[in-house]
This record gives sequence, structure tokens and C-alpha cells, in this order.
Amino acid sequence: MKFALGGSPRPEAEPSPRHPAAQRDPSLFAPGRERRARVGRIFHVVFALSTLVGILVLAVLIFDIVRDGAGALNAGFLSNMPSRLPGRAGVKPALLGSIWVLGLTAAMAFPLGVGTAIWLEEYAPNNRFTRIIEMNIANLAGVPSVVYGILGLAVFVRTFSFGRSIIAAAMTLALLILPIIIIASQEAIKAVPASIRLGAYALGATRWETIQHHVFPQALPGILTAGILALSRAVGEAAPLLLVGALAYVDRTPRRLTDQFTVVPVQIYQWVSQPQPAFHELAAAASIVLLVLLLTMNAVAIILRNRYSRKN
Amino acid sequence: MATDAQRKSRHRKERAIGALLAVFSGVSILTTVGIVFVLIRESIGFFAHVSPLAFLTGTKWTPLFVADQHFGILPLLTGSILISFGAALVALPLGLAAALYLSEYAPDRVRRILKPVLEILAGVPTVVYGYFALQFVTPLLRHVFPEMSIYNALSPAIVMGIMIMPLVSSLSEDAMSAVPRALREGAYALGATKFEVATRTVVPAALSGIVASFILAVSRAIGETMIVTIAAGAQARLSLNPLESVQTMTAYIAQTASGEAAHGSVEYQTIFAVGLSLFAITLLMNIVSNIVLRRYREVYE
Repeated sequence: MKFALGGSPRPEAEPSPRHPAAQRDPSLFAPGRERRARVGRIFHVVFALSTLVGILVLAVLIFDIVRDGAGALNAGFLSNMPSRLPGRAGVKPALLGSIWVLGLTAAMAFPLGVGTAIWLEEYAPNNRFTRIIEMNIANLAGVPSVVYGILGLAVFVRTFSFGRSIIAAAMTLALLILPIIIIASQEAIKAVPASIRLGAYALGATRWETIQHHVFPQALPGILTAGILALSRAVGEAAPLLLVGALAYVDRTPRRLTDQFTVVPVQIYQWVSQPQPAFHELAAAASIVLLVLLLTMNAVAIILRNRYSRKN
Repeated sequence: MATDAQRKSRHRKERAIGALLAVFSGVSILTTVGIVFVLIRESIGFFAHVSPLAFLTGTKWTPLFVADQHFGILPLLTGSILISFGAALVALPLGLAAALYLSEYAPDRVRRILKPVLEILAGVPTVVYGYFALQFVTPLLRHVFPEMSIYNALSPAIVMGIMIMPLVSSLSEDAMSAVPRALREGAYALGATKFEVATRTVVPAALSGIVASFILAVSRAIGETMIVTIAAGAQARLSLNPLESVQTMTAYIAQTASGEAAHGSVEYQTIFAVGLSLFAITLLMNIVSNIVLRRYREVYE
């Protein structure tokens, strides 16, 4: 940029004389100032509007789904079985299926994920092997969810012969969210100050005692928040579960781990694929149920974070 | 004081816990090994039937027509590329602009509200986006393009673009926030306007993070399944017309797996061959994104 600023330093108290060059041609002093200011103002608005586009679409999406689905959303919808008659169909087995799968996924992914994070942060030697594990976890986080479905189909459904069951679905989803839980838990553990560890060691605590009584409790709010957010990803997933066989006509509530199952997102997919508009209304109603479930989980995560961060 | 026996038992417990946690860490390695092993094992069976050359260069994908089977992945690949390209056209400019707004323009109070709201966009389940694409965006677009088919590439591409926009904006904004204040102040001191500081100082300084976020977002778009399964249709065709119905790699996998492909049949094996291609493409993009982030990062003290 060519700026014709300055010249010789001017003496203090004198009235400021304009530079001779600027006197001849004022545009040299601040080239195109008007135009550049105008461009700046225009882009300020453009950038703000771009941000608003996303928020506007979110609002339209929620409005559209509530408008389409509110009519079908009543007590019967939550307590009925799916049906070939749209007027009598409900989301009950799918909702219970989602809760079962979610509970099992959490029970597997949480200990594994937090354990791995603790090992990586507190135990692992700083060597090549550890770096490979960390790189591997970062790459796993980027693997498309449908590929996890293929893994679940080949390993849990076929090789382990769990069939198209709740347990196969939960194991698939647990592997899917494992990298997310590990990475977020590592962040939470890293945030615990080293002085706390050193204090515990100085009093004679072993490594595990230090982790158990000092590091883990401090990191827990962060770990819980991350875990709930990871679970909210799992509860919205449909693609991997299509592969492990959630697309079934299920007219019973699940009782055992090996039962056939369906979940809310797959039920939505099933209904939206039907030709009759009455089923689309059901898909929208089930979407409302799913969004409410997600919002609740997110709210719990935020409340947890706020409560614990205030205590510390 | 601890006795010898107590100290020994404590030591044993310590070792056992360390070993247990190390075993937990092995699960993530096993997952990768499992994915690669499963994809390759079944794909070998597939390539015994179909030559890799025919797979990679064939222009027809009709594995379910028993009378006239063709196994060329190009139609699925162009389907995936067409839709991700469309999604990128929506997400990259909007995401970059949003990142610039949040990082350079927005007052603190506004940013604290806008950021979490944008992140909700990334958290909406993809089936819900699929419903939205099919039931809202497609009918809307058909007012503009009356000849557009109900299942088409355009509508899921737009919706997917909105879905991955927060990924671009949040990663790019992180990169922009890492640009030191001194660089901005230097540019202001030379008389630059806010827009000039944002586009000629902040963007170049944060470029590696921005490019990495772009690659990651496109990789996410290629791997996305439910929006395209619901709204793009199930016809694999070699076409770049966004108004027609197309099938992506992910949609093929989901649609075939939820049908009745008998275990061990060639149709069943196609899931794995397509899955292997998908895995390879997204892995490559994620690695490139990581390299860009690491190699071209400006390091500020």
C-alpha cells in the first residue's frame, strides 16, 4: 500500500502545517478513504448477515417441524406402537429403544473413554507409541459414522453373532463416540493444575491415589459435560444403526439386550420414506420428540458445568 | 508408617490399574484395526468378482439388477462430489464470513449469544435435516425450478452446507483468535480500515487454520449419510445436473444395508467395497487437513 504519511517530525506547540505533498494532492494523505470506508461498512453488514443466515435457517427448521408435527403430537403418540395406520401409530418402542441404547452406550463409552484419557495424560510415556495412539484417536474422530455401522455389522452382528440387537447397536455407538469422549476428557484433565498433583505426591500419595482423589474430581465437570454432548451425538445417529439392523418393524418394547430394536432417528427415517403425507406428519412429530430430548441433554450439560465451575 | 506388606500391596494395585488403563487405550487401536480389517477382507471377496479397474473406471453402478450387473463406482463418486461441492459452495463463504464477524466485528455480548446458537446447528440430528430438505427445501426450490425432481442433489447440498457451516466458522474463528493483537494494531497504525485488517492481515495470518477447516468440512460432507439418503434419491447416475436425483456412496451403503442383501453375496460385498473407498477418501482428507494445520501454521509466541 502506498501511504504518504509523515515527513519530517514536526516541532511541538506549532500549528500543524500540512505536508507539502499532501497540500498539492490531499488523496495522497489517505488514499481512497471514502471508498474504503464505504467498502468496510458494506462488508460489516455482509458478514453479520452471513452469521444470521445460519440462525435464520435454524429458526425456519424448528418452525417447519413444529408446524408439521404438532398436530400428531399427543399422549397417544408417545404411548402407541407403530402401526400401518398413521392415525394410531406411536413412537413408544423407538423412544424406549433409544433410551436402552443410550444407557448401554454410556455405560461402555464412559469408562473406556475416561480411562484412556487418564492413561494418556497421567501414565503414558512421551514416546512414539503414545503419539501414534493420539494420532489414531484424532483420525477415528473423522471417520464417517456409516463406516462405524459397517464395522458393527461385520463384527458385532455377524462375527460375535449378537444379531440385529440392542447390544450390537450400543457397542457400535460406543466406538463411534469414544474418540470424542477421549479428546474432551483429555482437555479436562490437562486443565487440572500441576500443583495439585505435586501436592498430593509430596504427602506420599501414589499415582492412582492422586488421580482418584484430586485430579479426577477436579476434571469431572468437564468430563461429564463432554460425555453428555457426545451422547447427544449418539442419540441423533441413524446411519450406523441402519447397518446394524434398526430398520425393522418393532411392535414390542425392548426387554433383553439381544432383542430387536428401533430408535427414534431410524423411526423418523422410516416414516419420512413412506409415500403417504400422514406418515410425514408422524416423522415431524418424532423429530420434535428427538429435539426435545437433545435440548434436555444439552441443558443438563450446561447446568452441570455451571454448578461445578461455581464451586471451584 | 506403612509396613512392607502394605507397601507391596499398594504397589501391586498401582501396577494393575496402570495396566488396565493401558488396555482401555488399546480399544481405540483395535477399532482402527477392526475397521481396516473388515473393509479389506470383504473387499477382497468383492474384487475376486469384479476387477479393480472396472470398479474404479466403470460408469454404471447397477449391482442390484441381477440381469445386467455393473460395478463402476464413478456414478456414486460423482454423486458424492456433486453434493459435497454444493455444500461447500454454501458453507465455505458463509462460514468464513461468520468467523470474520464473530472474531473481528461482533461485540463480546453478541458473540456470547451467537456462538452457541450456531453450534446448535451442528447438533441437529441429520435425519431431521433430511426431513427438512425433503419436506421444506425441495418444495420451495420447485417453485424456482419446476422441472426439478422430488429427489435431487440441490436441496440436500444446500441443507448440508448449512449443517457444516458451524464447523467452518468455529474452527476458522479459533484460528483467527490466535492471531496476535499486535499484527492487527500494526495494520491499523498504517491506516487500514477494519475490513482491510480483517481480510489482508487476519485472514492470511490464520490461513492454515481456515484451509484446514475447509478440508475438514468437505470431508464431513462426503461422509454425511442421512440427508442424502432421505432427500437425494437412490438412482446412481453419472450426472452433474443438480436438479436430478443422484446416489452418493454413503446413501448407497445405507440403502443397501437396510434392504435384504444376503450375507456373502456380491451385493453384500459392495457395501464394503464402497465403504473402503469412502474410508480412504475421508481419511486422506483428514490427514491432509492435519498436515496443512501443522506445517503452515504461523507460530506466535
